[in-house]
Amino acid sequence: MHALSIKNLRKIYPNGVEALKGIDLEVDAGDFCALLGPNGAGKTTAIGIVCSLVNKTGGSVEIFGHSIDTDLAAAKACIGLVPQEINLNLFDSVLNIVVNQAGYYGIDRKMALERAEQYLTELRLWDKRFAIARTLSGGMKRRLMIARALIHEPRLLILDEPTAGVDIEIRRSMWTYLRRINAEGTTIILTTHYLEEAESLCRHVAIIDDGQIVENARMSTILRKLQREYFILTLRDGLSTAPHLENFESRLLGEGELEVAVDAGQSLNQLFACLSEQNIVVVSLRNKANRLEEFFIGMVERKQANAGSAGA
Amino acid sequence: MQAVPGPDMDIKLNLIAVKTIMRKEVLRVLRIWIQTIVPPAITMTLYFIIFGNLIGRRIGSMDGYDYMQYIAPGLIMMSVITNSYGNVVSSFFGAKFGRHIEEMIISPMSNAAIIVGHVAGGVIRGIFVGMLVTAIALGFTQLEVQHPLIMISMVVLSSIVFALAGFINAVFARKFDDISIVPTFVLTPLTYLGGVFYSISMLPEFWQKVSLANPILYMVNAFRYGILGTSDINIGYAYLIVGVFAVGLFTASLMLLNRGIGIRE
Repeated sequence: MHALSIKNLRKIYPNGVEALKGIDLEVDAGDFCALLGPNGAGKTTAIGIVCSLVNKTGGSVEIFGHSIDTDLAAAKACIGLVPQEINLNLFDSVLNIVVNQAGYYGIDRKMALERAEQYLTELRLWDKRFAIARTLSGGMKRRLMIARALIHEPRLLILDEPTAGVDIEIRRSMWTYLRRINAEGTTIILTTHYLEEAESLCRHVAIIDDGQIVENARMSTILRKLQREYFILTLRDGLSTAPHLENFESRLLGEGELEVAVDAGQSLNQLFACLSEQNIVVVSLRNKANRLEEFFIGMVERKQANAGSAGA
Repeated sequence: MQAVPGPDMDIKLNLIAVKTIMRKEVLRVLRIWIQTIVPPAITMTLYFIIFGNLIGRRIGSMDGYDYMQYIAPGLIMMSVITNSYGNVVSSFFGAKFGRHIEEMIISPMSNAAIIVGHVAGGVIRGIFVGMLVTAIALGFTQLEVQHPLIMISMVVLSSIVFALAGFINAVFARKFDDISIVPTFVLTPLTYLGGVFYSISMLPEFWQKVSLANPILYMVNAFRYGILGTSDINIGYAYLIVGVFAVGLFTASLMLLNRGIGIRE
């Protein structure tokens, strides 16, 4: 069953901007899907339409089979949203915010209080339950928005850049939490500019650009499309010039660091064989950028090159 | 997992949602009591002292009642109207401005429930302030209620009408200035010209007819009839007009929310 099914979704804003040019997207129940794209690509508009915050111009949206045109309340009941911008009532307490949200979904107050304790504890906010929202740190506000989105136990959780501006420790703990609720059955759609985050968490990727879906595949399929990966090797002994490595491009970054390009079809074994022949000892190895980021950058560069050649 | 609402669950869901909004609104009024409860109490006390006590003594009687008694129902109604309106316009616009309106928009509660919850919050504040002003009035004059059902029903209906008007104002408002324009340039003049301080029988015939176009005149007079037993207008007309306004404004509010005017992009 599809948690989300979008067909030919279009949005033209009153100022004439065509934010979505007929996108199709299907997300399976239980999936963890990344919705990626540059700023202004249409991600937030698409999410806004799915969550009824933006009126669509055309097309259809179904959430677990419930159409937002004919069965809106049932569709809405399935969704939890963590929006990109902080939209908390900053003058209300942490506890009131989540309990009120439960009330809007028809959950009685007794159960709402029980769930509030559960989710605020899990998100390490229970001690702050009587604090006024404006006094919370940025990371706490983000976690509060996650607790608020989960209070009615949605089947589909949509997170629009949930870790923006959050320090690495809290980000990692949020990742662990999201992995857990996904494993427990919640379908998750995540938009993020941290591609490491998407690569680490998501099994499916849809890339949206200029109002169109330009990639929509499993993460593993997308990563296999990478034509070239760059690795940074830390060497035991410093070099004064870049070594000649047959079939590999390389350049010296510093005395003890070497950047090597490995094309699709080449293996790291071949690279290490070349290095061993020249008695170069590698102490450690890391990707220059994460693989999804390289794919994404490559895609944007190809697009810009195409636009340049079309304009020339 | 959250149960998906069906026809059976809809009513329960919306009732809990309305209760939640009402509770939130009441807590908001109590949290900022210095802005919501104290100012009308002070303003109305000054009205009673200056208009009722100092100036009223020189005016003498009106429609057979001393001036303080005559203006008391109008001042109570005035405080109910302005507080019902003010509560909804500031709360709903504040939610729009802070974007936590989205909490309600994305939820499965109906648009009617959103309106009813906010209007109920406005009515509760309006009636509470009205009771406070009544208590203050009783410190200055005696009020013996002649028709309690008319008094209660008219104050509740008027409060509903102005809470709905405040809701519509908030829907259209884009900045804080927009929520003060209507109270300043429409509501206050209509209230002052709505027979709070005088009987329209004192006006020339032309202005009497003009006054009949002011809905607040009907509310104030019907409420005054409920307390004192005197009115410039037919009570039946008052109910008809207030009822039409209530239904019309609720329908308009619902249409605005259904179309997402001022709420959805």
